[in-house]
Amino acid sequence: MAGISDDPGFLLTTVGKGVNWARTRSMWPATFGLACCAIEMMGTGAAHNDLARFGMEVFRASPRQADLLIVAGRVSQKMAPVLRQVYDQMAEPKWVLSMGACASTGGMFNNYALVQGVDEVVPVDIYVPGCPPGPQSLMHGILSLQEKIMSGEIQRSTGIL
Amino acid sequence: MSDPTRSSPTENNVTDESMEQAAEEQAEQTVAESRRTHHAIWVSGTEERMPFAESTDEGAQELLPRDEDPALAMQRGVVVDDDYVVPEHVDDAERQIINMGPQHPSTHGVLRLHMELEGEMVRRVKPIIGYLHTGMEKTAETLNYAQGSTNVTRMDYVSPFANELAYSLAVEQLLGVEVPPRASAIRVLMTELNRVASHLLSSATMGMDVGALSMMIYGWREREVCLDFFEKVTGLRMNHNYIRPGGVAADLPDGWTDDVITLIEMVNGGVDEYEELLNENPIWLDRTLGVGVLTPEEVKQFGVTGPVARASGVDWDLRKQTPYCGIELYEFDVPLGKHGDAFDRYKMRIDEIRQSLRIASQITETIPAGDYRSVDPKVTPPPRARIDESMEALIHHFKLFTEGINVPPGAAFQAVEGPRGELGCHIVSKGGARPWRMRWRAPSFAAVQALPSMMTDSMVADVIATLASTDPVLGDVDR
Amino acid sequence: MTDVDNKLIAALLEPFESAQVSERAYASSDSTYFAISIPVEDWVAFAEAAKTRGFDTFSDLFAIDHFTDAPRFEVVLNLVAMIANERIVVSTTVPYDDPTVPTLTGIFAGANFYEREAFDLMGIEFPGHPDLTRILMPDEWEGHPLRKDYDIGAVPVQFKAGSADL
Repeated sequence: MAGISDDPGFLLTTVGKGVNWARTRSMWPATFGLACCAIEMMGTGAAHNDLARFGMEVFRASPRQADLLIVAGRVSQKMAPVLRQVYDQMAEPKWVLSMGACASTGGMFNNYALVQGVDEVVPVDIYVPGCPPGPQSLMHGILSLQEKIMSGEIQRSTGIL
Repeated sequence: MSDPTRSSPTENNVTDESMEQAAEEQAEQTVAESRRTHHAIWVSGTEERMPFAESTDEGAQELLPRDEDPALAMQRGVVVDDDYVVPEHVDDAERQIINMGPQHPSTHGVLRLHMELEGEMVRRVKPIIGYLHTGMEKTAETLNYAQGSTNVTRMDYVSPFANELAYSLAVEQLLGVEVPPRASAIRVLMTELNRVASHLLSSATMGMDVGALSMMIYGWREREVCLDFFEKVTGLRMNHNYIRPGGVAADLPDGWTDDVITLIEMVNGGVDEYEELLNENPIWLDRTLGVGVLTPEEVKQFGVTGPVARASGVDWDLRKQTPYCGIELYEFDVPLGKHGDAFDRYKMRIDEIRQSLRIASQITETIPAGDYRSVDPKVTPPPRARIDESMEALIHHFKLFTEGINVPPGAAFQAVEGPRGELGCHIVSKGGARPWRMRWRAPSFAAVQALPSMMTDSMVADVIATLASTDPVLGDVDR
Repeated sequence: MTDVDNKLIAALLEPFESAQVSERAYASSDSTYFAISIPVEDWVAFAEAAKTRGFDTFSDLFAIDHFTDAPRFEVVLNLVAMIANERIVVSTTVPYDDPTVPTLTGIFAGANFYEREAFDLMGIEFPGHPDLTRILMPDEWEGHPLRKDYDIGAVPVQFKAGSADL
């Protein structure tokens, strides 16, 4: 892991870029739709706003087969350990997208029942605001995440590359 | 990442002791933390693993051994007499407890089902809920009556207008204000179109769960048309905060009749396609006929309402029994089923889409002109232009936006027919701008409670079909 | 007991002398419903009588915390008679030091989850309930969130870039 961020030389940078390109072009989301944002997430995957053109229409139920965890909706106190367990089960490289106001900060529900921001439980790579964010906002978030991966700003490593 | 306040070692007057302390602390800092601070980005493999395994256990919710389970008698439903049902061999070694959810593609939200299986037969089911509990009833006590509908609209997030309507009607019952007829007609239009959008979603997800994957895409295609109309009228696709105590937030935009007529045509065409795809499809019929039967007696015991109850033959629709918002002016039928199985529940929703579109087309022809909200100055803020002219208008505006609507003490209950059944709001007020207690009567709560009766002694695959046809929305269940 | 026009309600309330009834009108509708309050000793008997008289559809059961008014808790039951198209909202009050209401699960199976929720969020005990455990909060949660002396639990919002620079 330290190898890539130090000067890797020409061959490894090109391979690294190729690996990043491949990772962004078929990032499979894990199904973690909780509340209203899940409906908009399903809408983003549907025909009108199509996630399949980004290689992402396969929402894998098993976290072991997924790359991207889109936390769509409000995370209650009872659900937080489940979220953590699902995140832990995902294999590297993995990214987390916090969708909506409730996942990012607790949203309008600043109370005893919700985790005030999913970043208290899992590390988040990109936050998408909105209540709920429309499909266009969610796609903007996903594409921004892809840009960040391509540019190397977010480094996720399996230990080899 | 250099700290600008840290001066160079030669210049500071820090003693040797504190430098030693700092060195110790540095050594104690784990590799993970040093990486995190050094890189200022998340480097994988540096998160601390936390032992959360126990937290996801059932704890008090686990399925007790059969002999000790006191709730078993209550969940024994009707056994459908066909050759799938295998006589019981109660043998502890043969039973297997399986957990479905809360993270699962087919549970329509975060529902957890604890099932005891005997081979492929489900013998006991226990729904465990609470994974989406948001404390909305408590939050409602901190919000004033104008803010209340933003909170309430997110409960049953698939039918936000129905939530807002139940809440606004309860507040209006306490206030004793009359809503002008145009506002009522707009409310009926939006709630009926919401019923259409909700049933489209429910049929789409049911299709996907049962295996007709293209149904998901078709259902969403028509739903987008409805959501476009909602966005045009209210500004948002979901969670609109449009129906408020006193009326609606804004009048319908120009040209809305053309939009609604186009919508009706497109959705009717879409529903024709779904019926062609599914109604006589042998695979669909095999998977939904006779599956998840709920008897009328169970419907009444559990308080299940809506399409699930009507599919069992219980003729109860609040739009006909206790009509509200002038809905009795429109002609529509309420479809009624006979068998109470998954197919009937699906058919109810498809038929209800058509009836709701009928109501919508009648509204385009007969909507009265007038105000879109009550002119009572204690409830509705005056138009902005009036504030410059009249002192009273300024004072009313100020009071309404600083204190909120002042509601007299009392209690009120109001129920509307949401897409999932009887959606009720019980507000207790002790005077002032905030409710003392707001209770939400959620239709999906009763439906989830009735699930064991529908699922016991059926196959595992039937559990999915039953759950999908019941269409619970967990935001409603957990609030 | 206040006089009531409705024959069904009057017949239902006959055996219960200490019941108070009032008729309430729905907003934006011509229909009405009845609010009845009875002492907690009559709770189960009233529910049975209501069920035999046609109020066989269970709609809702919940609790209200009146905090400073004694008795502190009010438990409300909502029943519907489909045959007669009537609804009754029945309430009873229990004090803070003994918040017990007998269970209705023997009469209406649907009361199960609702009583669990009233126990979880408000702390009302229902002796005779088959499985009185927490339903919405995690099992090891302490306290009853919907009570008035339980804080909303709001986290103070911190804005990172802000007033420090002004």
